[in-house]
Amino acid sequence: MRAVITVIGKDMVGIVAKVSAICAEKQVNITEVTQSVLQDVFAMIMLIDISNMKTPLSELTDEMNKLGDEIGVKIHVMHESVFDSMHRV
Amino acid sequence: MINTRDILETINMVENENLDIRTITMGISLLDCCDSDIDKACQKVYDKITTKAARLVEVGEQIEKEFGIPIINKRISVTPIAMLLASSGGDPVKYAKTLEKAANKVGVNFIGGYSALVHKGFAPGDIELMRSIPRALAETDHVCSSVNIGSTKTGINMDAVKMMGEIVKQASELTADRECIGAAKLVVFCNAPEDNPFMAGAFHGPGEPDCVINVGVSGPGVVRAALTKCPDGTLTEVADLIKKTAFKITRMGQLVGAEASKRLGVEFGIVDLSLAPTPAIGDSVAYILEEMGLEKCGTHGTTAALALLNDAVKKGGVMASSLVGGLSGAFIPVTEDAGMIAAARCGALSIEKLEAMTAVCSVGLDMIVIPGDTPASTISAIIADEAAIGMVNFKTTAVRVIPAVGKKSGEELNFGGLLGYGPVMKLHSESSQKFIDRGGKIPAPMQSLKN
Repeated sequence: MRAVITVIGKDMVGIVAKVSAICAEKQVNITEVTQSVLQDVFAMIMLIDISNMKTPLSELTDEMNKLGDEIGVKIHVMHESVFDSMHRV
Repeated sequence: MINTRDILETINMVENENLDIRTITMGISLLDCCDSDIDKACQKVYDKITTKAARLVEVGEQIEKEFGIPIINKRISVTPIAMLLASSGGDPVKYAKTLEKAANKVGVNFIGGYSALVHKGFAPGDIELMRSIPRALAETDHVCSSVNIGSTKTGINMDAVKMMGEIVKQASELTADRECIGAAKLVVFCNAPEDNPFMAGAFHGPGEPDCVINVGVSGPGVVRAALTKCPDGTLTEVADLIKKTAFKITRMGQLVGAEASKRLGVEFGIVDLSLAPTPAIGDSVAYILEEMGLEKCGTHGTTAALALLNDAVKKGGVMASSLVGGLSGAFIPVTEDAGMIAAARCGALSIEKLEAMTAVCSVGLDMIVIPGDTPASTISAIIADEAAIGMVNFKTTAVRVIPAVGKKSGEELNFGGLLGYGPVMKLHSESSQKFIDRGGKIPAPMQSLKN
């Protein structure tokens, strides 16, 4: 089971570190990352493996939203089935 | 493999274009709650709803977080209460209060089914229930009511139409201190679907299973945003683009519905493919029509544009869902749609044009504020007109008008939230009294004789 984390917002020190720290703590494996900084806008898409996660995905969402509010960026967590169903026939 | 473009497109739809699941509605049959003692029946109703829907809100919120898609409403629809009243008798408002109590207990946004199906005539319980609607809606907050007064197969019950004109007016008058909200929770249908997840017209039809999950999708903002990328395309291209967008939106609804039904252990009913607007800027059906090239919604060409939109939404959605039902199409509730409100305010959108639009959209005259001094017979005549369009065209039509007590054309009502706000629209002042007073039935049209 996989999910996608996207982070969009003003660039600053430690965004990747903070997001990854939550992932590690939840036993979530990061399998792919694409990231870019255009002018001062930070954008990252992270593909994560949630098979070994000990808690429900909704808790990861809660923590990511909390982090997003704290550091002023928009963090989205979506189960991969959303993309599969919307973009595949 | 998931590609970046798909991810960004999806995030953008949710973040900027108001994509959401409008409602997960649990349909619950109350047929096994019938009792000759109304208090016992009410207890059974309360127990059944609070058991079946105990986890509905919790599961909805879980899915919302895991899939990253807002689910705006969690609702319940139940068997038309007139059917329970038929065996119990007593004060029907007891049922409304029971529904309210159950809705509060499980935390849903609305509960629909304070309803009667009288398209061919009145069975025991029907008239008592209809008469109690204004009081039931005034004394509860979450209960919604609907009455089916006609169908293609049966024709129109004009005695019921006459009654409903008075009932709509009373519903409004009893809640005059609360922006006449009572009338906003009451829908009069022709050809009412039994599995509609949208309020205020949702009820759980007698042909439905014991418990079922129906999902209503939304997404006018997404369709409009897609159209901005095709500013000079032909209407063929526009229709194609709407189909593709509707497909994606509906897939989301299918996914959420299937997941909710799995987690709740309840049968999956249908996805209702409706484009449901909200008063939020950018979440408007009228703006889609304007994006197609109309200066203002309501001008000449609006009906054609809406017909194209309505049809393309269905064609895209049908392929995306295993089971489609409910109302499915484009909604045009005036007070719930920023573009419609603007068009009504500047006079571009009239009640006559709205009536024409209902011949090609998915429902009918929805959320229209009318002058408070409108005679009941005029409201009945509006209902009869609308029902005739539905009856002849084999489609669902409905009337949800709100007589604004003490207000005249040009003034406004504000319900707040998803119900929105809007100006009082002008109606004909010529009387329809004699026509409505005749009563009786409008016989079923030739279209009904298909067997």
